Amino acid sequence: MAEKLLGNNFTPPDVRAKVTGASKYSEDVRVDGMCYIKMLGNPMPSSNVTIVDTSEALAMKGVLGILTENDVPPSPPPGYPILTNKPRQLGQPILAIAAENEAIAAEALEKIKVNYEAQPFSLDPLQSLYPGGPNALEEGNISGGRSIPLGVLKWTARDFAEAGETRLPMGEAPEEWAVGDVEAAFKDAAFIIDEPFVVASSSHQALEPRSTLSYWENGKCFVYGSSQSQSWMMPGLAAMLQIPVEDVVYIAEFCGGGFGAKASPYPTMAIPAYMSKKIGRPCMLRITRAEEYHIGGSRPGFQGQLKVGFDKKGKVTAIDCYIVQSGGPSNGSGDYTAAAEALALVYTPTNMRFRGVPVVTNKPFHISQRGPGQNQIACIMEPFMDRAAKQLGIDRIMIREINAPDHDVVFSDRESTVTSSYIRDALIMGSDKFKWKEKIALSGKRNGNKVIGIGVGQAYHSAGSNGFDGLVTIRPDGKLHIHSGVGNLGTYSYASASRIAAETLGCSWENTVIEHGDSRRGLPWVLAQFGSNTTFTTTRTNFAAANDAKQKLKEIAAMDLGGAADDYEVDNETVFLKSDPSKVMTFAQAATRAIELGGKYDGHEFPDELNAVTKAAMPLVAGLGLCGVAKDNMPKKGTVPALATGYAMIELDTETGKYEILEYTAFVDCGSVIHPQSLEQQVRGGGVMGMGMAATDRMVYDPQNGLCATVDLYHTKPLTILDIPSNVEVGAVNKPDPQSPAGVKGVGEPVMGCAAAAILSAIQDATGHSFNRTPVDPDMIVNAMAGRPQSFKPLQVNI
Amino acid sequence: MQKKFSSDRYDPLSTERDALSRRTFIKGVIAAGTVAGAAGLMTGCSGGDSSGGGAGSVERLVTINVNGKDRPVDVMPNETLAHTLRNKLGLTGTKLGCDRASCGACTVMIDGVTTYSCSTLTHMVRNKKIVTVEGVGGPNGELHPVQQAMIEELAPQCGYCTPGQVVSGVALLQRNPSPTRDEVRHALSGNLCRCGAYNNYINAIVKAAGRA
Repeated sequence: MAEKLLGNNFTPPDVRAKVTGASKYSEDVRVDGMCYIKMLGNPMPSSNVTIVDTSEALAMKGVLGILTENDVPPSPPPGYPILTNKPRQLGQPILAIAAENEAIAAEALEKIKVNYEAQPFSLDPLQSLYPGGPNALEEGNISGGRSIPLGVLKWTARDFAEAGETRLPMGEAPEEWAVGDVEAAFKDAAFIIDEPFVVASSSHQALEPRSTLSYWENGKCFVYGSSQSQSWMMPGLAAMLQIPVEDVVYIAEFCGGGFGAKASPYPTMAIPAYMSKKIGRPCMLRITRAEEYHIGGSRPGFQGQLKVGFDKKGKVTAIDCYIVQSGGPSNGSGDYTAAAEALALVYTPTNMRFRGVPVVTNKPFHISQRGPGQNQIACIMEPFMDRAAKQLGIDRIMIREINAPDHDVVFSDRESTVTSSYIRDALIMGSDKFKWKEKIALSGKRNGNKVIGIGVGQAYHSAGSNGFDGLVTIRPDGKLHIHSGVGNLGTYSYASASRIAAETLGCSWENTVIEHGDSRRGLPWVLAQFGSNTTFTTTRTNFAAANDAKQKLKEIAAMDLGGAADDYEVDNETVFLKSDPSKVMTFAQAATRAIELGGKYDGHEFPDELNAVTKAAMPLVAGLGLCGVAKDNMPKKGTVPALATGYAMIELDTETGKYEILEYTAFVDCGSVIHPQSLEQQVRGGGVMGMGMAATDRMVYDPQNGLCATVDLYHTKPLTILDIPSNVEVGAVNKPDPQSPAGVKGVGEPVMGCAAAAILSAIQDATGHSFNRTPVDPDMIVNAMAGRPQSFKPLQVNI
Repeated sequence: MQKKFSSDRYDPLSTERDALSRRTFIKGVIAAGTVAGAAGLMTGCSGGDSSGGGAGSVERLVTINVNGKDRPVDVMPNETLAHTLRNKLGLTGTKLGCDRASCGACTVMIDGVTTYSCSTLTHMVRNKKIVTVEGVGGPNGELHPVQQAMIEELAPQCGYCTPGQVVSGVALLQRNPSPTRDEVRHALSGNLCRCGAYNNYINAIVKAAGRA
């Protein structure tokens, strides 16, 4: 029997290059004749631009060319254009200059004469919904997800007047659904909380800015990009560049973080390609940290009203939630609807109504960030659960167990189901690991100015998909090559999800090679590396491809050694007759035979149902060896829920409002654990991001001029090593999901939300005050402890 | 919850750092008489080709000692060490995350002291010994114990901050062969990791301490 791979630790092949500095990110690549691009960004939140004179800039020695909106395909609203003379956010690229070096390009930008005609702008969705309020785009002020087209929505002055300053005005909602009888359920409720809330927009701020290098060679466009995804990038890039997908060569072997903002092709990625086409030189566009805050995407903020009813046993009987989503100047994401789904699943309300409106604003384009929607709402709902537990005299873990979904849960208006749910197990095992009962006894314990707070948080994300393609090749040297179309986000799931193919084929890890990070390696079509889906989605595709290879190995053996294919078995890098293992072919022999046979055996023929990206990859692998290629047609029913719980103990200084996180434990339901080390790493890392979401993550704008006050890391303050506990405990329920051949589910996203919620829960525990807001900063805590009003109104944003 | 910043690289008793502070860096840029405005600070990036001459700077041949070797290189007066390393010496292991002395991805050792190379002028380190992530291992590609332990502990996630974390870890063990977890935290406090892999970096450096 070949070695057991799934469930064991291993060293992913790319980690050595990361510690030696040999890893090449897009900005590290150098090619002969490379020149540099600098972009002119809009200096105000919205303007109409006239480019008056570029002659002085273009006459400068060392300047090679200019690119304006006339040189690139348009992207009408609510699309986000590559370059535009109608920029609708601060920093939005208007034009680009290429020069021998960046200093010259920057100097040339200053010599371009541009007229800016300032336009009305909107930074606060509620202001835009007010009668006569500014619209971020000429065509309207709302747009979102797949369902709400770009249009104008204004509420009535009465909507605002009735709400006052302490409730969300709740005018017409373009998105609305309900299950059960919400009003009746509230009438019968033993305890109701009904409060407004705010979750701030926040930057993804991956450490690697999104630089791109591009050039054209032999009719193909080479793009070195910074992206979470690999094959997923191909069709979008081809569309942006207006070329066939087989003419795109995309290289993204490493990516310095993305967190959702580098999941799909982004507009600036096309600038070097168009510039390179125009001037005939390879072009590098380096993005600065400040630019990254403008064009690097940010998490949609929420202004909302959440009303929750509980019966006396602590069961959530009714939820009424209204979310106003703050998006950027392009089509908004589905965060607000995902938040509603999360409420419906995690707390299993028997009656629920959701209303929402996705508003566009003149802020950076907003895009899914780790746990889009679900993590925002966890920050608000989890402290609500604590308040209900306190009011009803129920333990805070117990109230979550009471409301936890089981495998047979049916949730939201779509009557969605799940593939498996072990969040109750996670709550029980996690609270044990954290020693909840001992810790809760310390809640409120004082030491001078300092007080102990204990918190718990839960979060969810839909974490798995199906229907994509898998591809493996067995080469004449006997090695198994697993072709992974997954990106390299740093989760190592491209590698851990590949191991199922090696295990299925009885191939040692030592003789397995992962092909990834460069479309020239022949990479199949898989989903973007976002949404925690990779582990579930690509264990299925790799399993499908491995089974196809297995069948072909058996067929080749039967042809050469006699008998039927089914009489053969595959293991230990051989295919052998079950009844007489001396009749055997090695992988190397079978691969050589596959090349001789050609056709489907070596990849010259393949199923027509494969995606165009996989089909474009097939000529690159055909003839290299025995080829296993298949679409994942295995059945899948229901949402794949990644579920996470977090537990925190903080010591909060009531005079300074600062706190130290003394302990943090996380316990997750991710199905079977296929790679313990990368699981621990994701849970811990997500925890750090979550602690930051609770404490510091936000983008701040000057309401008068619309300028951004958060354009460097010391403004946004991602947490440092001193802000987090020196040790974080991690555990997993480790029970298999029945719809994955490896029993796995993803988990990268909710591990952030549960940590943010646990910290906010602990702050509420320590202070006795409900903030209903992220982030909670020390000023807010000091004001609350001193009984002073806050310096902002309950629904105020950009603070 | 943000504690007072107390990185080992800002040891108040050390005088070495004074020569390399951000204030000195900016003064150096001004003194170099280079182009006005942002372009002077931004050239971190000018690609090594001054043929355009628009930046108004004249390159001068200097020799700097990098990873044990004397490296003659043409540098502009306003050129940062990160730029020289990345664009002229091909040492792209040193990363730029902010180019503004915030993130620490560009951390190198200068005479054993960890320093942000994005905010250090190359002409100011001519008589000093510079060690980058490419230079911490053995002469034949052997990994430094810190690097080996980071692999074993699967410390990096996206890996972009990793070279800086490696250099800070190596510098710490050179000074303090058996640090506590808390000492490791302080040594790495100038290196941001947005993936949040901090615990794994601590685990790795503590593990390496027994082997270095």
